[in-house]
Amino acid sequence: MSDVATATLDASRAWVLSPEVSLRDEAFGALAYHHGNRRLVFLKSPTLVALVRALDTYENLNGALDALVAPAERSRYLQALSSLEQSGLLRAS
Amino acid sequence: MPANSSLRDRFERGLAAPICLTWELTYACNLACTHCLSSSGRRDPRELSTAEAKSLIDEIAAMQIFYINVGGGEPMVRRDFFELVEYAVAAHVGVKFSTNGTRLDAAAARRLAATDYLDIQISLDGVDAPTNDAIRGAGSYAAARRAMDHLAAANFGPFKISVVMTRHNVAQLDAFEALAASYGAQLRLTRLRPSGRGVDTWDALHPTRAQNRDLYHWLVARPEVLTGDSFFHLSPLGAPLDGLNLCGAGRVVCLIDPIGDVYACPFVIHEQFLAGNVRDAGFATVWRESELFTSLRAEGSAGACASCGAYDACRGGCMAAKFFTGLELSDPDPECVFGHGETALAQRVAVALPTPKEDHSRRVALTVRSRVGG
Repeated sequence: MSDVATATLDASRAWVLSPEVSLRDEAFGALAYHHGNRRLVFLKSPTLVALVRALDTYENLNGALDALVAPAERSRYLQALSSLEQSGLLRAS
Repeated sequence: MPANSSLRDRFERGLAAPICLTWELTYACNLACTHCLSSSGRRDPRELSTAEAKSLIDEIAAMQIFYINVGGGEPMVRRDFFELVEYAVAAHVGVKFSTNGTRLDAAAARRLAATDYLDIQISLDGVDAPTNDAIRGAGSYAAARRAMDHLAAANFGPFKISVVMTRHNVAQLDAFEALAASYGAQLRLTRLRPSGRGVDTWDALHPTRAQNRDLYHWLVARPEVLTGDSFFHLSPLGAPLDGLNLCGAGRVVCLIDPIGDVYACPFVIHEQFLAGNVRDAGFATVWRESELFTSLRAEGSAGACASCGAYDACRGGCMAAKFFTGLELSDPDPECVFGHGETALAQRVAVALPTPKEDHSRRVALTVRSRVGG
């Protein structure tokens, strides 16, 4: 299974973790589990985990990316978040 | 799956908590399947009490184990079955439970349908009564189908039909698929292990090498069919099957048995794979610190498979399958797709198969009383 997704998220909007998702820290990053659709997703970077955890403290996704992700990495992380959204883990707030 | 290989290495060194925790609630069972992994039948008087079970659920929730796989024995024969399921779900621990369906009547189906975060697997090992009942016992096919009918009538949603693949049902794969579709159910296939009572029946029941090839190709064409990652020993036949493709024992997987003993996986209820007991220091301590799990997470050796080009695809296969067929853990899997396991089996000297630590099979009467007349 490929976790590559095209970046489809509108970064000018605010996105948050679905309330049905639990996150568990692991040495490689974290596991995310959606209790509703039963999807288990591996977050393979601590930065991604920090980003996901902090989403609801920023006005919109651009704000979170500006604060937590190096400019050169921005599109990679936007892509990762898009794939989380496609798995139902994120929702617009 | 090269993209995931570093993650797989990481998994082999273990996680903070299991991904796949199986908890057998009871050794009591009203069936006596010939391949039962846990040699179930009689209830063990040392079974965890309701209070102990609830405190274990608290600990599971605290460890952020997202869901538990509940089995047995037959979990529904525990009088506190619903109480425990509802307690787990309320603690945000999802429950996936396996049942033979005999206790799943219309009222139970309605109650289950009203519970969130619950998945049900009904075991069925043949698509018709003769095939199924030869393994699971007379009347078990009809009982499982009745349970499915009750779930469908209660609008439970997509339950799972869980099939252990044997020599006698590989030819029924398409029919199983059709049966599942007729209920809007999901099909789940798992590997027959020579564990529990399977020690005695594996030789006669496990699929042939040709059948395993058929099964592999059938699965590759149907990524939607669930397998519990149990066929990774077949991955050297081509592209890897969906899943982690590694032995997760003590690394991402473990088993808690009805008396609180923690084993490396559901298929190795044997002293050699016993890591500790939840009644002593708690489950988290066993998971994180037991000597057994620590050693399973250490860099393994490829053993006899080191020179095989496919080692990265199957990692030598299933530890339990080797152990209970009398092979060394460094030997190839007994069902190695290249036949190396068959060679190793043929080379065993003085085969004394390991016997499970806990055998709760009902004792067979040596005499039969029958009423004459009347």
